Amino acid sequence: MAVLCKRILLSFACVALIAAAFLLSAADNRAYVIQNARVYTLSSRGTLDRASVVVVDGKITQVGQTVKAPAGAQIIKAEGLEVYPGMVNAWGNIGLTEIGSVDVMSDTTDLGAFKPQLLAFSALLPSSEHIPVARVNGITSALSAPSGGTIAGQAALIHLDGWTADEMAILKAAGMVMQLPSTGGRGGRGGGAPTPVAQAADAARATQQQLAELAELLEKARHYARAREAAPATERDRQLDALVPVVNGQMTVFLQAQTARDIRSAIDFAKKEKLKFVIQGGREAIRVADLLKKENVPVILDSIVSLPSRQDDPYDARFTLPKELAAAGVRFALTSPSASDVRNLPYEAGFAQAYGLSHEEALKAVTLHPAEILGVADRIGTIEPGKIADLVVTDGDLLEIRTQVKHLMIAGKDVSLETRHTLLYKKYMDRK
Amino acid sequence: MKKILFLAAILAAGIAWAPASDEQVGGPVAVVIKDATILTVSHGNIPKGSILIRDGKIAEVGPSVAVPTGATVIDASGQFVTPGIIDPHSHIAITGGVNEGTLAVTSMTAIEDVLDPTDINIYRELAGGVTTTLTLHGSANPIGGTSATIKLRWGKDAKGLLFQGARPGLKFALGENVKRGGTTGRYPASRMGTEDVIRTAFLEARDYMSRWETYRKRAAAGDRTAIPPEKNLTLEPLAEVLRGERLAYVHGYRADEMMMMLRLADEFGFKVNSFEHALEGYKIAKEMAAHGAVGSTFADSWAYKAEAWDAIPYNAAVMTRKGVLAALNSDSAERARRLNLEAARAVKYGGLSEQEALALITINPARELKIDGRVGSIDPGKDADLVIWSHHPLSIYTVAQKTLIDGEIYFDIQKDREMRKRMEEERKTLEALDRKSAPPGRSGRGSGRGPAGDRVPQQPR
Repeated sequence: MAVLCKRILLSFACVALIAAAFLLSAADNRAYVIQNARVYTLSSRGTLDRASVVVVDGKITQVGQTVKAPAGAQIIKAEGLEVYPGMVNAWGNIGLTEIGSVDVMSDTTDLGAFKPQLLAFSALLPSSEHIPVARVNGITSALSAPSGGTIAGQAALIHLDGWTADEMAILKAAGMVMQLPSTGGRGGRGGGAPTPVAQAADAARATQQQLAELAELLEKARHYARAREAAPATERDRQLDALVPVVNGQMTVFLQAQTARDIRSAIDFAKKEKLKFVIQGGREAIRVADLLKKENVPVILDSIVSLPSRQDDPYDARFTLPKELAAAGVRFALTSPSASDVRNLPYEAGFAQAYGLSHEEALKAVTLHPAEILGVADRIGTIEPGKIADLVVTDGDLLEIRTQVKHLMIAGKDVSLETRHTLLYKKYMDRK
Repeated sequence: MKKILFLAAILAAGIAWAPASDEQVGGPVAVVIKDATILTVSHGNIPKGSILIRDGKIAEVGPSVAVPTGATVIDASGQFVTPGIIDPHSHIAITGGVNEGTLAVTSMTAIEDVLDPTDINIYRELAGGVTTTLTLHGSANPIGGTSATIKLRWGKDAKGLLFQGARPGLKFALGENVKRGGTTGRYPASRMGTEDVIRTAFLEARDYMSRWETYRKRAAAGDRTAIPPEKNLTLEPLAEVLRGERLAYVHGYRADEMMMMLRLADEFGFKVNSFEHALEGYKIAKEMAAHGAVGSTFADSWAYKAEAWDAIPYNAAVMTRKGVLAALNSDSAERARRLNLEAARAVKYGGLSEQEALALITINPARELKIDGRVGSIDPGKDADLVIWSHHPLSIYTVAQKTLIDGEIYFDIQKDREMRKRMEEERKTLEALDRKSAPPGRSGRGSGRGPAGDRVPQQPR
């Protein structure tokens, strides 16, 4: 028995030694120089030709035509290639759902109307097949949001790489998802059936009642916060606990609203309740652009590669929305929300450019601007020293479909370009 | 009142969007598209070339063409011209539902009977460069009904949409959508049942054909006691498939269900013209190529249902490389407007050449629909169905400038812009009239506003 014990101990020690050695060597490799590329910094330094980016321990340390390579740094030759900040998908549910039509494979929605205590972070599937598929097109971080009810829960902002949700999280609690009861009527054909006039009064009453319920819940949370402050022994309440940062104006609220009327109601409500908020959806944001600008409310848009919401809208109504919002001075981010479509985020920006947005603004709408709106622009969204090294190296314009991603770096780690799709492709190409 | 106002706007829009009538009557004698980069798809690119259109047909293509006197000349320098896009799987321009899913076999129903020439998606797709679509039933049941091949001649009536001379088709469906019928108690509820339903239908059709054959033989032999069998509208389209007169368009996702259909088709001696969507076509490219079935697929849609779990964006490229005729379809009024960008994905995923990629949305679907003698490439003698693009059509930045069908301009971005201005003015006029005739708070009879409506607070627009 003693011998066996000794052997077990020995092998443990051995494993520990090997692991330590591995970690050390990995740490040695944490320095990279991406050399001689065209670097789209999207910072005030603009675009730099024949420039290099130095990455050490997950962070960008130097950017410029002349950099000092750290000893032992791995060199990525990028002559003729382009480097962009990794893209940020500011809305969606990646990691919460695998196959949309299979109920048991989705954790996006729970029961009830008010669920501020629910965390998308708790249900994230780090091994989701959607994650590699999305990142190999240059999307390095994504928001994953719960849905359903008036308060759906809290969204998480994650890096699209990591063994566990903890490793992936940029913000475990990136904001509260809220959708005010709609006043009904989507404003015309093709945008959903208008509420029949006879029912409109009832609907309006129901809406008012639901709004009152929500206001009361927020009021409770304010009292609760004060009570807890005054008397820390006050009995805890999961729901109200979760709402304290919301009513204190510390946590961003994603207010989901599509129509002009709903956006207006949402802004009224949020101002009255003194919330820190952004609008998510924004299909008709241009119709309330003045208000959005005046109140400095940013909009996280749904996919613009969509049909017009009204039958008599111009055919390109959704494509031109980014250009029009930019012209009106409204801040916005472009997104590709569906988990399986996150990889198409660069083409949202490409479409926006095809229909009038400038190239720089189009790039920023999927990098810097979502980072700003999500409150993480100090960490991601541009290529600047001090920022997390989320980088995409391409053989051409990031927004063009025919462009190939050559290297991908997430939090300073050189990430494989292999996915479920490339594996299946190889497997069946080899079938004789 | 709002509704009436809205209808009026739609009506006005419909009138406004119809091509001017003087252009419609015969069209101009000749049209020349000048100095564009021409992507013929059939014989490479002409960097600075021109196209002469006469009587709705392509008369000449080359670095320079004859310009007849009186010809309308379109200067397209710096722009790109492609054949009109052919969407080989669409559900636009259909009145009401696209499924008659109450029975498992509804081959007696015809899309041609319910074509809706006022569907706004026709115009929207023209603005995306689409000129021809195969308009099909949905996939709720194993045998859906007969399809219609149409040209997007916006402004014409239902008959005017039809692609004259196109081969008729019949829609079949396999897999998940069909199985869902089981939740309403309608058989089948499994892939086993789906095969059973289709097999039974073909057995009945074969029997039906032989009854008619017997009758015809007896009648031809002068047997005056021969009585013709009852005409069966459900079995007629199936008999046409068995005789090779009607194309079988088979919705299928998974390799196994497509293999089932290939075995069944081989057994009954008919051809599966194409697998619609064919997301796992890449797994059985060998078998599809041997049978001659087209793989009409999506570019990169996946994971939206269980049978789309193994869908890969390399599908079109793998099928192409392994000898399957591949095409890209939309199945959606939204996606149809950017099929050129779906084709671009086949360059990115799987490395098809630009011409191969463009073929996926032009000549290949034309071959699938058996209309490649008429459309699908820029060659003399073919219908002048053409798109003029601002940039290379595989670029994300491209915007269709003009779309021509039979030499007539059905979409023109300049005219679209002018029309928007007109509509905006019209809307203002109508709204002003509306405010005058129905001041807020007054209950106007016939305005659709009931007594309860008066209590609804006025919402700002």
